[in-house]
Amino acid sequence: MTVTVETALPATGAVPAVRLAGVSKSFGAGPRAVHVLAGVDLVVDRGEFVCLLGASGCGKTTLLNLLAGLDEPSGGEITLTTARPAVMFQEAALMPWLTAARNIELALRLRGLGRTARRRHTTELLDLVRLSGFGHKRPHELSGGMRQRVALARALAAATGGVREPDDDRPALLLMDEPFSALDAITRDVLQTELLRVWQATRTAVVFVTHDVREAVRLGQRVVLLSSRPGRVVREWQVGGLAGADQSAAVEEINQRLREVISQHAGA
Amino acid sequence: MPAPELSDQAVEAGLDALESPRSARAGRSTVDRLRWIARAVLPPVVALVLLVAVWQVVWASAVLPEFAIPAPAKVGGDLWDLISSGAVWSILWTSIHRAVLGFLAGLVIGTPLGFLVAKVRVVRSAIGPLLSGLQSLPSVAWVPAAILWFGITPAAIYFVVLLGSVPSIANGLVAGIDQVPPILPRVGKTLGAGRLASAWHILLPAALPGYLAGLKQGWAFSWRSLMAAELIANSPQLGQGLGQFLEFASSYNDMAKVLTAIVLILLVGVGIDVIVFRPLERSVLRARGLTGTP
Repeated sequence: MTVTVETALPATGAVPAVRLAGVSKSFGAGPRAVHVLAGVDLVVDRGEFVCLLGASGCGKTTLLNLLAGLDEPSGGEITLTTARPAVMFQEAALMPWLTAARNIELALRLRGLGRTARRRHTTELLDLVRLSGFGHKRPHELSGGMRQRVALARALAAATGGVREPDDDRPALLLMDEPFSALDAITRDVLQTELLRVWQATRTAVVFVTHDVREAVRLGQRVVLLSSRPGRVVREWQVGGLAGADQSAAVEEINQRLREVISQHAGA
Repeated sequence: MPAPELSDQAVEAGLDALESPRSARAGRSTVDRLRWIARAVLPPVVALVLLVAVWQVVWASAVLPEFAIPAPAKVGGDLWDLISSGAVWSILWTSIHRAVLGFLAGLVIGTPLGFLVAKVRVVRSAIGPLLSGLQSLPSVAWVPAAILWFGITPAAIYFVVLLGSVPSIANGLVAGIDQVPPILPRVGKTLGAGRLASAWHILLPAALPGYLAGLKQGWAFSWRSLMAAELIANSPQLGQGLGQFLEFASSYNDMAKVLTAIVLILLVGVGIDVIVFRPLERSVLRARGLTGTP
């Protein structure tokens, strides 16, 4: 089974959602400084789904933290034209004392929505991630996959302030840091489908970090390969709309390139 | 063959049904309830009965003189007289309302103090060690100072109770905040929570289990400090609390009354814990799926 992704987006001419120009990040100073990112250039269009791919230590998470505003770049420029980006982590990180619905409501509340709007959007978001009957459950009463879906709904709540109205043109941005890597294979597969469906329904721009080539090709419209230590963009592939043999070929090619990048570190 | 969309939905629904942890407390049968009584109620009752039995035997053997060990029945009788005459209520009220007021004041002071110590590095390095030190200092040590400063007044008693409870409450909150997983405040930040919103919506609720443990200890320390203060600060205008009752009994060499007072002090300490703190703690832990005890 394959999922086809529409690539035709009315992004031409529009201001991109994200623009990174020569972004670098170092930790520490002087000769002992660790250069994690060096001169990263990246553009993400409104509503685009971009997968950042790279081996461990390529600074994927650092890059995401910079985008999320959790950290400051050491050099270069980051321009966001979106609302506050929402972040999804490897763990669901739900508030354990709140029910699933309340967790989503918290995000809406912090965006300043009133009670009735919060209730309405929460119901819609739970519907969107197919957890309608589970709003009253606490995180510990949900499975890992369900928790991650609540986290997705919460991230959407933070990114868009609820399910977006058709005439709403605020660009939204969702940052995802290997959100499915702690899940088992079947659940991951289902959640990938789910994410694509939700993305198509909400049209938020997504920056999805992963080290799994297959996942990157399946989900993304574009795959961006990062080198390691320091991280910089090696190559990009347009993979949107690929299916069947084309998709397998893309996975093969990107995998090959990733292996090359990794093996360069063997001597170092 | 079903449409792929439909089958995904079916797989997802199946996973949800299979993987969500089942609620263990589907319903309690009478057998379960009996078992619960056997496990939770019986042991302390048996222990108490054994203790009284040993006491009775020691008294009956007359190894120790009557003024050192009175008969259990005598203590029980004194307790009953106190209750049936109604005198016990004014004594209990005097002590408990002081302890509760002192504890509430400790709560009001200790909570922001603990928050500052946990969140402001300078404050932590400045008074963190002092706070831990104060916690291990027996608050009875403050009674002489309190009497010199405030005279034999309620102020002296409240001062001692405060110094007993504030460090525990503050330290409990500090421990609670220190144990909050760092991912939660990070999530709060990405959701757009400012410092205040983050404290109110994320840090404080996340720290609640540790904070409650601190409150529980704070109450125990309030009660102890109060007894120490009442024992020493003794004057007619202070009214008669449990401590004064104990001191009075002791000065009349009335061992039965002394033991009666001790039993009452114990009963109040255990009672507040069982009636207030344990249900609170249990509901907080259960809501988070952290129940260790049945």
